Amino acid sequence: MFPELNNLLNISPDRAEQGKLTLLCDAKTDGSFLVHHFLSFYLRANCKVCFLALVQSFSHYNIVGQKLGVSLTVARERGQLVFLEGLKSSMDVFFQAHKEPHPLQFLREVNAGNLQPLFEFVREALKPVDNREPAWRCPVLLVDDLSLLLSLGVGAVAVLDFVHYCRATVCCEFKGNVVALVHDSGDGEDEENDILLNGLSHQSHLILRTEGLSTGFCRDVHGQLKILWRRPSQPTAQRDRSLIYQYKIQDKNVSFFAKGMSPAVL
Amino acid sequence: MTPSGSAPGETRRKSEMLDSLLAFGGLMLLRDSVEWEGRSLLKALIKKSALCGEQVHILGCEVSEEEFREGFTSDINNCLVYHDLFRDPLNWSKTGEALPGGPLGALTAMCRRTDPGPVTIALDSLSWLLLHLPCTTLCQNLHALSHQNSSLGDSSVQQVRVLGLLHEELHGPGPLGALSSLAQTEVILGGTVGQASAYILCRRPQQRPTHQTNWFSILPDFSLDVQEGPPVESQPHPDPHTSLVDPMTHLTFNLRLSKKEREAKDSLTLPFQFSSEKQQALLRPGQGQATSHVFYEPDAYDDLDQEDPDDDLDI
Repeated sequence: MFPELNNLLNISPDRAEQGKLTLLCDAKTDGSFLVHHFLSFYLRANCKVCFLALVQSFSHYNIVGQKLGVSLTVARERGQLVFLEGLKSSMDVFFQAHKEPHPLQFLREVNAGNLQPLFEFVREALKPVDNREPAWRCPVLLVDDLSLLLSLGVGAVAVLDFVHYCRATVCCEFKGNVVALVHDSGDGEDEENDILLNGLSHQSHLILRTEGLSTGFCRDVHGQLKILWRRPSQPTAQRDRSLIYQYKIQDKNVSFFAKGMSPAVL
Repeated sequence: MTPSGSAPGETRRKSEMLDSLLAFGGLMLLRDSVEWEGRSLLKALIKKSALCGEQVHILGCEVSEEEFREGFTSDINNCLVYHDLFRDPLNWSKTGEALPGGPLGALTAMCRRTDPGPVTIALDSLSWLLLHLPCTTLCQNLHALSHQNSSLGDSSVQQVRVLGLLHEELHGPGPLGALSSLAQTEVILGGTVGQASAYILCRRPQQRPTHQTNWFSILPDFSLDVQEGPPVESQPHPDPHTSLVDPMTHLTFNLRLSKKEREAKDSLTLPFQFSSEKQQALLRPGQGQATSHVFYEPDAYDDLDQEDPDDDLDI
């Protein structure tokens, strides 16, 4: 969790908003630090988290989480974190027999058109339970990342439908949050990815877009973050809906500063 | 509907944009983008229709019913019939709450409306329908939807108005062109820094198409505030997170002069100012001027050339 980002977004683990879809998007840079931020943020906020980790292994997220002060192992043992490790369970789909449809069942289908089993997995994971378990605050779905589903052969509309159902269930029914990362190829050549990105942008309440610097690599400025609030509670609050900051990723923190105001050049 | 305290002319202008948009029936496209969302304008139009006493049907595919109804007063909410295609559009939940027949069934059910009187149908959004239905099917249904009363023999007054929200970036030029040829009115949303604009294109049968651009903002109660033109200040607004600092404090120089200082400044003659005394002093052949000469003694080893250096130029 990066306190400076919390300040920019005006959120804190004590008062996390509910019912929101946050879209993380990265263009010509790696935006995974935002995924780590929101993972540690919601674990600290005592939320029940379902993490669809399709890109990296559990130990990778765990090591980064420890740097940010949360232990994914403990959270998983406590039942706070439901972790779908895509790299491992994709093997299970092929080599183990299942009675119930596997969350990643689409990998076995010829024309992968349906992410319903994945949605069922999310709904089961985040469904409110009786009082036997300790009460978590609100359920949160975190996906890293949705573009990977396109690479695995799922169509953009199918991914949009999956997010639609997650939104209808997690955000509206369970009053929780959804956070998802999508890559932006930026050159407009990948039509499916553009449909996915634009479709999600229209659905989301908050868009965090990280971009590499147009001038190329820089040692002291790693990129810029564009914050766009959509669907503000007050329609007139259009004035400050969009903000741009530059950032530098450090070992355990990310520092944000106004454009051109890097401490290295001042 | 308009906030109190505004001038009468202003009030008239505010309602003009919505009135002109809602003056005719048929299909109206609201084309929005990620940066400039059009749902607020759709809700403003719905509010206006509801206040005119029309029945409003909404086919909601993108936001939940609670979120859509948020911000409307209860008497407006009573006029709205929400067809919920959001909660379970593909019948995955199998709870029986899904609309029968999916998106296509919902559309055709709206076509078979029997109650008389003017009606507004809002499709939130056409983009969702376009991603899930073939373009031709959707266009045929939209045509049937917006021309219902033509079949009743009363083609002079169109009583059905269809408002379709369309996210432009999601579709190629083909479907966009097909839909815009169906539409009587198109509203393309855009804007600059803090101000939304609507480019309105109207096509009426046997008339030249008209177009105009309006600058507006939408108030929290979904009424419209129409401005004269784009905002004058185009620089970005100051960052809300930095507190305002007065730049005039801690200056090393004065920005203003006191009366005494101003008098002293005015009485001073600057070196380049030309006065008659100065002129006289220059014209009078003074003592120093008459006796001044330039002495030049060449150095012993100076290489003095007697020839004209420009001799070869043949001037």
